[in-house]
Amino acid sequence: MNNLNVAKIQLNGKPFDLRNETNLKKLLKDLKISENKVAIEINGIIIEKNKYSQVVLNKDDKVEIVHFIGGG
Amino acid sequence: MEDVFTIANKNFKSRLIVGTGKYKSFEETAEAVKASEADIVTVAVRRVNILDQGKPLLMDYLNPESITYLPNTAGCYTSEDALRTLRLAREMGGWRMVKLEVLGDKKTLYPNMIETLESTKILVKEGFEVMVYCTDDPILCKKLEDVGACAIMPLAAPIGSGLGVQNKINLRLIKEQSTVPVIVDAGVGTASDATIAMELGCDGVLVNTAIAESKNPILMAEAMKHAVIAGRQAFKAIRMKKRNYGSSSSPEIDLI
Repeated sequence: MNNLNVAKIQLNGKPFDLRNETNLKKLLKDLKISENKVAIEINGIIIEKNKYSQVVLNKDDKVEIVHFIGGG
Repeated sequence: MEDVFTIANKNFKSRLIVGTGKYKSFEETAEAVKASEADIVTVAVRRVNILDQGKPLLMDYLNPESITYLPNTAGCYTSEDALRTLRLAREMGGWRMVKLEVLGDKKTLYPNMIETLESTKILVKEGFEVMVYCTDDPILCKKLEDVGACAIMPLAAPIGSGLGVQNKINLRLIKEQSTVPVIVDAGVGTASDATIAMELGCDGVLVNTAIAESKNPILMAEAMKHAVIAGRQAFKAIRMKKRNYGSSSSPEIDLI
């Protein structure tokens, strides 16, 4: 069954399905991630925080969401 | 007189910087950081675990508003990866002061100084304040300062080895020639190692494994705090000259 409303992206190295017209703000909300605690890169380009609601994800986008963890 | 520790025009009280890796829990991390009284903590940048939705994060335990986060590039083996990591870190919360480390070898975790030097140049151009993990080679340390590093962070021994200060001569030479802070990064195993680094005149010490892998990290964190203060005070007091033979502390006249 081919559902045109589902787009596959690569999220943190793994395949991830999302509904069309998902912007970064919505993606973070769906993932229950607080936007002030992360940084996001799409296809190797860092997205500024104030653009999250404008940047819509496309099929096959490589998305990286990172945060701070313990380190030396 | 207050002994202020200044890095890139920012003043800090404590000369001890602590890492936040290898702890058993976030609670333990936070308690150890508190006991150390450090003003700066190093943190790593990693992928968010998408499956762990709603799980607590480091930031829930260590408030970046009240303690300075120093993002690192631990685990990066190329300049490209290190730059990418720090650009992401800056986007996360506006952090301009960062710790650069570009590793060259998985076994020794020795830095690749060629990549490190190149990365420093680029980061400085991009407006970062770059504290640089490096070898204890005075020439390379000078080059790092020349290209704009805001702190030189030579290793005392390999990362996580706990072997203590292996080359006092080099650390002293590096300190003597540097006009930016010299902070011993890596190799400290116990409190006396931190004191030795400070007695040599180093401006600060960064400790992670020695605290996190001790049996009682909270107590060791406190010990490190005292060790850094003791070493600093001893350095400023200027130690006595060494003698080859004994010199009585009690007067030898009027003996009964």
